[in-house]
Amino acid sequence: MDLSFTEEQKAFRAEVRRFLDEKLPKRLSDKGRLGQRLTKEDYEEWHAILNEKGWLAGNWPKEHGGAGWNAVERHIFEEETTAAHAPRIVPFGLAMLGPVLQKFGSREQQDYWLPRILDGSDWWCQGYSEPGAGSDLASVKTTAERDGDHYVVNGQKTWTTLGQYANMIFCLVRTSKEGKPQEGISFLLVDMNDPGVTVRPIVLLDGEPEVNEVFFDNVRVPVENLVGEENKGWTYAKYLLTHERTNIAGVGFANAGLANLKRIAKLEQSQGRPLIEDPLFAAKIAEVEIALMAMATTNLRVVSAAAAGQAPGAESSMLKVKGTVIRQEINALTKQAVGPWAMPFVSEALDAGSNEGPVGPDYAMAATPHYLNNRKLSIYGGSNEVQKTIIAKAILEL
Amino acid sequence: MNFQLTEERQMLQDGLRRYLGDAVTPAALAAAEATGSSPEIWAGLSEMGVAGALFTEDQGGFGGMGFDLMTVFEELGRSGATEPMLELLLAGGLVAELGTEAQKGLIEQAVEGSVQLAFAHGEPASRFDVERVETRAERSDEGWSLTGRKSVVANGAQADHIVISARTSGEARDRDGISLFLLPKGTAGVETRDYPLSHGGHAAEITLDGVSLPESALLGAEGAAIEAIETAQARATAALCADALGAMETARGLTGDYLKTRKQFGQPIGKFQALQHRAADMLIEIEQARSAVINLCGHLEADRDTREIHVSATKHLVGKVARLVAEEAIQMHGGIGMTEEYDLGRFARRLSMLDQRFGDATFHLGRFVRLRAA
Repeated sequence: MDLSFTEEQKAFRAEVRRFLDEKLPKRLSDKGRLGQRLTKEDYEEWHAILNEKGWLAGNWPKEHGGAGWNAVERHIFEEETTAAHAPRIVPFGLAMLGPVLQKFGSREQQDYWLPRILDGSDWWCQGYSEPGAGSDLASVKTTAERDGDHYVVNGQKTWTTLGQYANMIFCLVRTSKEGKPQEGISFLLVDMNDPGVTVRPIVLLDGEPEVNEVFFDNVRVPVENLVGEENKGWTYAKYLLTHERTNIAGVGFANAGLANLKRIAKLEQSQGRPLIEDPLFAAKIAEVEIALMAMATTNLRVVSAAAAGQAPGAESSMLKVKGTVIRQEINALTKQAVGPWAMPFVSEALDAGSNEGPVGPDYAMAATPHYLNNRKLSIYGGSNEVQKTIIAKAILEL
Repeated sequence: MNFQLTEERQMLQDGLRRYLGDAVTPAALAAAEATGSSPEIWAGLSEMGVAGALFTEDQGGFGGMGFDLMTVFEELGRSGATEPMLELLLAGGLVAELGTEAQKGLIEQAVEGSVQLAFAHGEPASRFDVERVETRAERSDEGWSLTGRKSVVANGAQADHIVISARTSGEARDRDGISLFLLPKGTAGVETRDYPLSHGGHAAEITLDGVSLPESALLGAEGAAIEAIETAQARATAALCADALGAMETARGLTGDYLKTRKQFGQPIGKFQALQHRAADMLIEIEQARSAVINLCGHLEADRDTREIHVSATKHLVGKVARLVAEEAIQMHGGIGMTEEYDLGRFARRLSMLDQRFGDATFHLGRFVRLRAA
C-alpha cells in the first residue's frame, strides 16, 4: 500500500498546473467560479486551447491524435482543471463517440470523423434515450430501414444534452425487431442538418434549455454512417457507457464544490459568527468531507486498477452512486449556506457582463440553479436505481 | 381529542380546493410572472373572503387561530398559487396586534383585497436572526427618518403598505430597540429593486436613504416590537409549513400516478419493490410533517416559550421532509421530473425554498436544543 503519487505523476501535475496558469483565460475561470453560463463559443475556445497543446483527448491513443494518458494521468488532469474552474470538456465527441470509432469504426470513419472532433468541425450529441426508453435503454423504438444505399430514420430521441449546439448526433436505432430487444439495435451517425431532423429544447428546473428532444421524420442517412455491423449496436452502446462512466465519481467537481461551500460558510454570518463556526452546520460539512475523502480513494483504487489494464466493471456503478450522492449533498449544503439569498432568481445575472447583477453576494446566485440542475446526476447515465441493480446482479449475484 | 376540521373550516377547505384547482392554470401562472401574483386569483380569493380566516372577529376577520391558518395555507401550497397571502398574514398580523384604530383600517382593506401588504424585516446580514436589525430610525422635525436596507422582501415592490422594522436604539443584535413603521408605497427616498423568486412570487431589495415618515407612521410602542415580530413570524412559520405540506401532497400524488403509469422493463415502475418502499417512506414522512404542522398550529396561542419550541420542532422536521419529498419525487419521475413543462417542477422548487425562509432545518435544530435546555 502506498497512497502517494510517483515522481513522474507529481511532475505531470505540476505541468498541468503551469499550463492552466498560463493558458486558461480568466474570463472562463471567473465564469466557472461564479457558476455563470458558458456559451458554445466558450467551450470551443477552451477546446481549441487544449487541442493546441495536444491535451484535448487525454483518453485517446497518440495514433489518433490523443494524449495517450493512462487513468491516473487523466485523473490528475481532471482534478487540476476542475480546481482551476476550467470549462469541462464536452464529452460527446471526445469521451463517448471517439473511443467507439477507434474500437469499432472503419478506417475511413476514423480518418474522417476523429480529426473533426479534435479541431471542432463537428459538435456531437448523444441520441440514446427516448420517451419510452430511459433506464430501459434496450427498448429504443426509433427505426432505421434500409433503402438502397441509405437508411431511412423515423422516431424520437430525448434528453439530448446541448443538442442545440450540435451538428451531428450518434444514435441507437432499431434495424430489426427479431430476437431480444438488444439484438436489433444499430449505431448510426446522423447529420442534424439533414431534412427531417427537428430539435426542440426542453427547459429544466433551473430555467435552462440544457436538453432537447430530437425528432426524425424520414431522414435519409448514407449507409457508410453505420458504425460496425448492423444489429450489433448494443455492444458498442455498452462500450460507450463504460467510457461515459470513467470519471463518473466526479471527485474533481466534488472537491471544487466543497471548497466553494467552505468559502461561503466562512463569509456568511449566522447568530453573530461565521456560519462555519455553527457546530451543527460545521458537522454537516465535515460529514460530507469525510465521505468524499473515502470516495476519492475508492476512485483512485479503481483508477489505479484501470491504469494497470483492468477494465472497470460494476465498481463504476458504486462510484456513480456514491459520487453523485456526495455532489448532491454539497449542492444542498451550498444552497443552505446562502440562506435567504437562495430565493432570488435573476436569470440575467448568470450571464457574465450582464447589466443586471446578482441580488445578494455573487457567490450566492448559482446556488439554487446548481442544486436543482444537479438532481440530474442521480438520474442520467443510468439512474442510481439501475446502478444498484447492476451491483446486486454483477457483484452480489442476486 | 378531535382531529377533524370544524364544519366552517371544512367548508373553507373544500371551497378553496375547488376554486384554486380551477384557477391555478398554466395561463394564470404565466400571467403572474410579471408581478409575482395573478390579479384574477387575488380577486377571486378576496371575493371568497379567504383573508378573513387569518384574523379574529375582533380584528375584522372570522378565524385567526392556528388551524385557520393551516386550512388556508395547505390549500395554497397544494395548488401552487403564488399570491402574497403569507405577506398579508405577517404584515396584517402586526397591524392587528399593534395598530391604532386608524392604522387598523388597513386590515379591512387588505381582507377585501383592495390593498396589498408586505413585511420588510430581513437585511443583507441578518440571515435568520430575527433581532438583527441595522436599519435605523431617528427622530426628526417631521417625525422619523429611516436609513438602511431591507433584503428579499416578499411582495415588497407590489405592496401598497409595508410594515418595516428599524432600530430606534441599541446595537445590531439587541432584542430591545426595534420599532415598526408603516411605509406607504411611493414614499420619497425609497429605492426598490423588484425581482422574481426561484419558486414563484416576487421580492424586492428596499434601500432607504433618510426616508421621512410622519409621527403617525410608528406602529406600536417605540423600541418594543421584538415580541410582536416573533409572534407574527411564529404564525407565518406555521402557515409556511402548512403550505409545504400541501405542496408535498401534490408532489406525492403526481409521483404515485407516475409510478402506476410509467412502464420500463415491461411493467409499471411502481411494481418494483425498490420504488414501492421509497414511495412508502415518502408517505410516512409526510404524515410526520402533517402531525408536526398540527402540533405547531395547536400551540400558536400558547405562552411564548412553548410556542417557540414548537416553531423550531416543526420547522426542523418539515424542512427535512420537504427536502426528502422534493428530491425523491424528482428521482422517482426520472428525467421528466427535471423539466419545467411537467407540473412537478414548481412544487419541487417551492419545497426546496422552504428552508431559505424563517430558518432552515439545521438552524431550528440548534434553536430547539437551546430552548429545551433553557
